[in-house]
Amino acid sequence: MAKKTHVTTTINGEETEFLCEPRQSLLEVLREGLDLTGSKEGCNNGNCGACTVMLNGLPVDSCLVLAVEAEGAEITTIEGIAQQGHLHPLQQCFLEGAALQCGICTPGFIVGAKALLDRNPNPTEEEIRFNLAGNLCRCTGYDKIVRSIQEAAERLQSAT
Amino acid sequence: MNTPTSGSQYKVIGTRPIRHDGADKVTGKAKYGADVKFSKMLYGRVLRSPHAHARILSIDTSEAESHPGVFAVITTTDMPDLVDKMADLGEGVVNMAHLGDNVLAREKVLYKGQAVAAVAAANVHIAAEAIEKIKVEYEPLPAVTWVLDAMHEDAPLLHDNVFTDDMGQKSETPSNVDKEIHFLKGDVETGFAAADLVVEREFKTATVHQGYIEPHVATADWNEDGNVTVWTSTQGSFACRTQTAEILQIPISKVKVVPCEIGGGFGGKITVYLQPVAALLSKKSGRPVQLTMQRDEVFEGTGPTPGSFMRVKLGATKDGKLTAGEAWIAFDAGAFPGGPIGPACMCVFSCYDFEHAKVDGYNVVLNKPKTQAYRAPGSTHAALACETVLDELAEKLAIDPLEFRLKNAATEGTRRVDGPVYPRIGCVEVLQAAQASDHWNSPLEGPNRGRGVALGFWFNCGLKSSASAHVNPDGTVTLTEGSTDIGGSRASIAMQLAETLGITAEEVNPQVVDTDSVGYTDVTGGSRVTFATGLAAYKVGLDIEHQMTSRAAALWDCPPEQVSVESGVYSHNGDSLTFAELAEKLHATGEAIVGRATVAPDGATNGFGVHLVDVEVDPDTGKTTILRYTVIQDAGKAIHPSYVEGQMQGGAVQGIGWALNEEYFFDDQGQMKNASFLDYRIPTFLDVPMIDTIIVEVPNPDHPYGVRGVGETPIVPPPAAIAIAIHNAVGVRMTDLPMSPPKLWKALSEQS
Amino acid sequence: MGGLTTLSGFEYVAPTDLAAAATALRDAGGRACVLAGGTDILVQLREGMRAADLVIDVKKIPELLQLDYATDSGLCLGAATPCYQVNTTADVAEAYPALVDATRIIGGWQIQSRASVGGNLCNSSPAADSIPPLLVYQAVCHLAGPEGRRSIPVHEFCTAPGQNSLQPGELLATLTLPPQSASAGSAYQRFIPRNEMDIAVASAASWMELDDSGSTIQSARIALGAVAPTPVLAEEASQFLVGKAPTEENFAAAGALARQVASPIDDMRGTVEFRVHLAGVLTQRTLALAHRRIQES
Repeated sequence: MAKKTHVTTTINGEETEFLCEPRQSLLEVLREGLDLTGSKEGCNNGNCGACTVMLNGLPVDSCLVLAVEAEGAEITTIEGIAQQGHLHPLQQCFLEGAALQCGICTPGFIVGAKALLDRNPNPTEEEIRFNLAGNLCRCTGYDKIVRSIQEAAERLQSAT
Repeated sequence: MNTPTSGSQYKVIGTRPIRHDGADKVTGKAKYGADVKFSKMLYGRVLRSPHAHARILSIDTSEAESHPGVFAVITTTDMPDLVDKMADLGEGVVNMAHLGDNVLAREKVLYKGQAVAAVAAANVHIAAEAIEKIKVEYEPLPAVTWVLDAMHEDAPLLHDNVFTDDMGQKSETPSNVDKEIHFLKGDVETGFAAADLVVEREFKTATVHQGYIEPHVATADWNEDGNVTVWTSTQGSFACRTQTAEILQIPISKVKVVPCEIGGGFGGKITVYLQPVAALLSKKSGRPVQLTMQRDEVFEGTGPTPGSFMRVKLGATKDGKLTAGEAWIAFDAGAFPGGPIGPACMCVFSCYDFEHAKVDGYNVVLNKPKTQAYRAPGSTHAALACETVLDELAEKLAIDPLEFRLKNAATEGTRRVDGPVYPRIGCVEVLQAAQASDHWNSPLEGPNRGRGVALGFWFNCGLKSSASAHVNPDGTVTLTEGSTDIGGSRASIAMQLAETLGITAEEVNPQVVDTDSVGYTDVTGGSRVTFATGLAAYKVGLDIEHQMTSRAAALWDCPPEQVSVESGVYSHNGDSLTFAELAEKLHATGEAIVGRATVAPDGATNGFGVHLVDVEVDPDTGKTTILRYTVIQDAGKAIHPSYVEGQMQGGAVQGIGWALNEEYFFDDQGQMKNASFLDYRIPTFLDVPMIDTIIVEVPNPDHPYGVRGVGETPIVPPPAAIAIAIHNAVGVRMTDLPMSPPKLWKALSEQS
Repeated sequence: MGGLTTLSGFEYVAPTDLAAAATALRDAGGRACVLAGGTDILVQLREGMRAADLVIDVKKIPELLQLDYATDSGLCLGAATPCYQVNTTADVAEAYPALVDATRIIGGWQIQSRASVGGNLCNSSPAADSIPPLLVYQAVCHLAGPEGRRSIPVHEFCTAPGQNSLQPGELLATLTLPPQSASAGSAYQRFIPRNEMDIAVASAASWMELDDSGSTIQSARIALGAVAPTPVLAEEASQFLVGKAPTEENFAAAGALARQVASPIDDMRGTVEFRVHLAGVLTQRTLALAHRRIQES
């Protein structure tokens, strides 16, 4: 078995250390090594967005990041979106707006949408569709996802 | 959100509560098939055929077995021999010998991507390395991938033991045509003779995939006592149990299937692929084994829907009455017999009242993955053909397309070409709702723009469902059911129980449990769960209410008949107790209360839908943009309107993908060239507009709350509606799916 | 199946200076890959289209993460600077709109957070979105190798599908793009069947500079993607426009000339006939957009 590398990183605000082979993707280590199975593998090729996490504040497909590249990075996964036992407004709005059916794409959409709202607190429908086009959903037809993100944006803005 | 519609007779039904499994699914806690993990678990990989058609001469696994980190390697020699035996999986019948060959190929491989052997190793990387070390010697055979080619007498024969079943008669010699279907109503010659106008067109559709985002996955543990547990992503835990036990040739009581959360299925996660293989690897290694497909394996190794060739001929009088219809439909089944040719033949003329009609169907095996159900299987193809020809008739007769459909619409009492007579249905009502819609009444202006309308039908089945529930002392009810929840069905089932008991949706706690923990329940498919498992939940409610009434009667020392129940309040002679108050007294006054029900409702719930679409075509590139889209559908009664709308929107967008860009590209060797989400182009977020919905409610007389299935009908009209809209935009009739830019551009070039 | 669909074992290094990276690359003797954003390379390694014993991550080398822009000196772009950073740097987006037209459609946002223009160039796909813009801006590639540094014009970089003029041990350090005048405009468009997440069936970048009156094209450059073994400049079409008025008729005529450069292949993404046709359409459309941008600026 190949030699393993020691990586120190921050995941969802907690300093985390792990050992990995250079060939292991960040997605594989999150899921298999760290039991953070909320990030999903849909294509393992950067085409579906189900594995989206934030790396230093930007959304990335964790299947296209080597785990060794996470050294010194700040990572946010779906497990880090709810805070102190409270759902993030995006999560709450996805539930109220029925923006998920099977739910497999949902973690990737919520992380991607959070990255979007962090930068653009009031996105248009077009901006939501353009910026999240790297996230595929096969169940909903996307309609309720747009509406739920817009609703969350409104709630976040009225809260500040 | 949780307020009843004004004037509604219901308190829970028709409201929009948050789904019970919701918090887990938005926080990443929900356990999908690939999220289960056990101590000492191994990871597997499957070796797949590089050929579309070949004889397997030998398999040498020795080098793979000695690869460090490998714990087990299996081929069909590790699998019991299977004999021809038919099993009904709920959404179709399957021959177990063929199913076994589809799980692991025995003598021949019949499509590229067919599983041949499998490895279990310490991690996926080692397993992937090890399968490369398995040496398989093949004798390549000529392959055939187009349905009409495969029907030729001189086509390569896939199976020497498949004979044509022509309405019960078996052919003398083996054939690639495994099934013929012939329906006849009246006399079509008379019908066409009475027509003022007859239109006949031919259609082709490409192979398309269900495209669920979660790849297939199974984890199996073959215990030392001979019991096998399978954790998996499946539409039907009992169907999975049946297939796994049959393939392994062990009693079904030895197999427990634990359904995990499922990341989409659309019909494609009913049959087994990995489950028996994982079980055999577990048996051989003595450890739990998890097998997960990669995306290319999903495309190449699992069921798409058939490619097809169809010819439809319709006749009508000048005043718009259909006089006759004739359809000739050939579907590719993929590598093994079976597929949706039957439903296609039953659906092609199902929206209209024909006096004379004839349908001939052919199911053909060829060197592509074995097809599986895909949302209203067969009906989308058929609707493309029927609706497009119907639109051409309406256009040439200068009759409004909705009026034309209304003049001929099926109603209660209409006998379908395949025999059944419709009970109360909502075909006319959805057409009328389309006529009254804002979309239909808004003008569409601008060059290269056009509007299309199409009607669609799907049966929606009943099948078997079981459920039970127990009353907790805090007034809540825990509901146990066997229907895996792909799109919010925990909520829609729990809401029916809540309505029945007069409690809130939140006071019901629905649990989807394994095959050892609930009575037999058929697949989540056929748009049946909210209808049939909902019916079971209703009956569970009646059972609980009956027991609660007896308990109240005992408290008040009166006969149970004297206790009245209204909206969850139990009353007698001035005394009254709410459901929760009564529940609190259960422990002190007697045994626990458990309700149970099991149902097998007959027949279809008959779902009709109309889609309206506005498109704009770029004549320089052949690209079609969807500008506006409205789905109108009869839901019978929408239990949770948000999830009904979601089904309508999601089905429409899948249909848009099918219409415009989705297709398997095969080379002349039967090799798929686009087995990725990059090149198999399902609609992205940026490809579709908002999808408007209009829910029509014509109650189903066979359900206490009037529910009809809603899941499948929405994928039926889109390709037809879009083909018609394209015609109205730029004047060409597209008859070949997908209507992709190069094809539409070519058609436009040829037109000018 | 396409190869292992998993990554073979390899070693990983992340040098912090360019010389160390070049030395590592040379010493590995062709068994090393350079990792910038990784959005192509990891897919290719996973699918068995490439093999590597060593992956050299260049994202720790400061020079390769540059994004320096000044109106008078132009743009210096590190080979590993992610597309997202290019997209969101306002003055760069304003000066080089064709480049940003491309970088904002290379994959989705998740890809753009990682993928770089330099990586897109080094992958040397005929359909690479950022190369036609680099061609029309006359970008210069600055390479570093064990023997030192050299610079080549971008039109000499790609040599065949997936092939380029990087020598063994050599890697791309930076790209420089000349400064743009207010009378210059540019645009890039591709044709894809969907609206996102796709590979160009055909693409075109156009650049033009008008004279002071704004009524005559002083200089023009057109480049095409996905219609030849490498992205190509359409010289004749570009020359045709010089001295002409920026009109739809002239743009259409340039489009017709540009088609003559197209020598595409038939594949699942498009036929020869369709791609040649699209080359003309996209040339005309990008010229019109480039012109409109000058007028609007």
